[in-house]
Amino acid sequence: MANFPDPKLTYLLRQGDNALILSQQLSKLCGKGPALEEDMALTNVALDLLGQTRMWLGYAAELRGEGDEDTLAFLRDAQDLRCCLLVEQPNGNYADTMMRQFYFDTWHYFLMQGLLTSSDPRIAEIAEKSIKEVTYHLRRSGDLVVRLGDGTLDSHARIQHAANALWMYSGEVFLYDAADLAMVEQGVAPSSDSLRAAFLEHVSEIFAEATLTMPDPDAWMQRGGKQGRHTEHLGFILAEMQFLQRAYPGAEW
Amino acid sequence: MNVAQVWSWLGEVADPEIPVISIVDLGIVRAVAFDGDACVVTITPTYSGCPAMQMIAESVLDALHAHGLDDVRLVNQLSPAWTTDWMSDAGKAALKGYGIAPPTQQAIDISGLRGGVKRGKSGGGFVVPDVTCPNCGSTHTQLTSQFGSTPCKALYKCLDCREPFDYFKCH
Repeated sequence: MANFPDPKLTYLLRQGDNALILSQQLSKLCGKGPALEEDMALTNVALDLLGQTRMWLGYAAELRGEGDEDTLAFLRDAQDLRCCLLVEQPNGNYADTMMRQFYFDTWHYFLMQGLLTSSDPRIAEIAEKSIKEVTYHLRRSGDLVVRLGDGTLDSHARIQHAANALWMYSGEVFLYDAADLAMVEQGVAPSSDSLRAAFLEHVSEIFAEATLTMPDPDAWMQRGGKQGRHTEHLGFILAEMQFLQRAYPGAEW
Repeated sequence: MNVAQVWSWLGEVADPEIPVISIVDLGIVRAVAFDGDACVVTITPTYSGCPAMQMIAESVLDALHAHGLDDVRLVNQLSPAWTTDWMSDAGKAALKGYGIAPPTQQAIDISGLRGGVKRGKSGGGFVVPDVTCPNCGSTHTQLTSQFGSTPCKALYKCLDCREPFDYFKCH
């Protein structure tokens, strides 16, 4: 699977792969959360995202006319994945994990809101199902950014560092290519400008409350994940996630 | 064989996670209809990643097969999205008896992004509901975590009897 000529298939894979990889990243923290409540929250969010992955990749597989959600998740190599670079960044310390989540959730929430009125009824249904979960995710990650930012000297320093270090990965989702633009034109997806404005407003509001310094909105943004050019982290994530299906094709439990 | 009969059979199928409540009381079964000889049951997932959905689907098939309905078709419906508003009063009472506080308000307002644990009951755009302790009936309770042992529950503690408990969160 090298190219996806159909823009809608590309668009569905991007949504599905974002949720899939972030879910996998959060699942790695199962049993390792800094507190029991956080551990449960991380795995709950991972589970929600996995459920959303199934809806997106299930639709993508139908559109593609072959395979299913499992073959798309377990049998594509890194260059065929269309997730953004943000979700493949390592879990790091807890500030890194939560800042990655906060940037993702903020964009994700406004995207789902936009997709509620998608001209594709199936996409609108998936968004309607997902937005309730995504709202919980965003409340929690925003809360933790405030707690860590407006917390101790150490927590403040760590979350500010995470905010700065991950910022260059936060903008890729707003850089629309031909496939994204085709979706906007067909009324399937919301425009980039409206999403980016809502994203920046919410991030700056939460950062002000968290006593964090907002990074430069016009800074250079890393890009390429949506087109299959990933950071080195993705290969390692896939090696772990796909091992079983690669070693024992068709294995079930 | 009629639709009402099928509904009453489905009313005996328990939720696999919370066995005191049936899938009908939970609002998971959205429609029952006959298409020729085939019985078509429409179900809707509570949370998209709910791991109980597959088991629920199997329980529905098992129950109807056991009553002699061989031709059963399950339809998974995403929209309108499931909400705790669809939970029946009998279901809510059963939850309470089981030690899980039932949802207390209408479905969550998805426009409120802010607030939560730290900001307390009225801060921000998100009002934390008043939850009654299922053990002692006190409303002097506190949210400990938005996320609980399953995706549909939050963790609370009672500040009077000091017992921790699950709250079936509004969704």
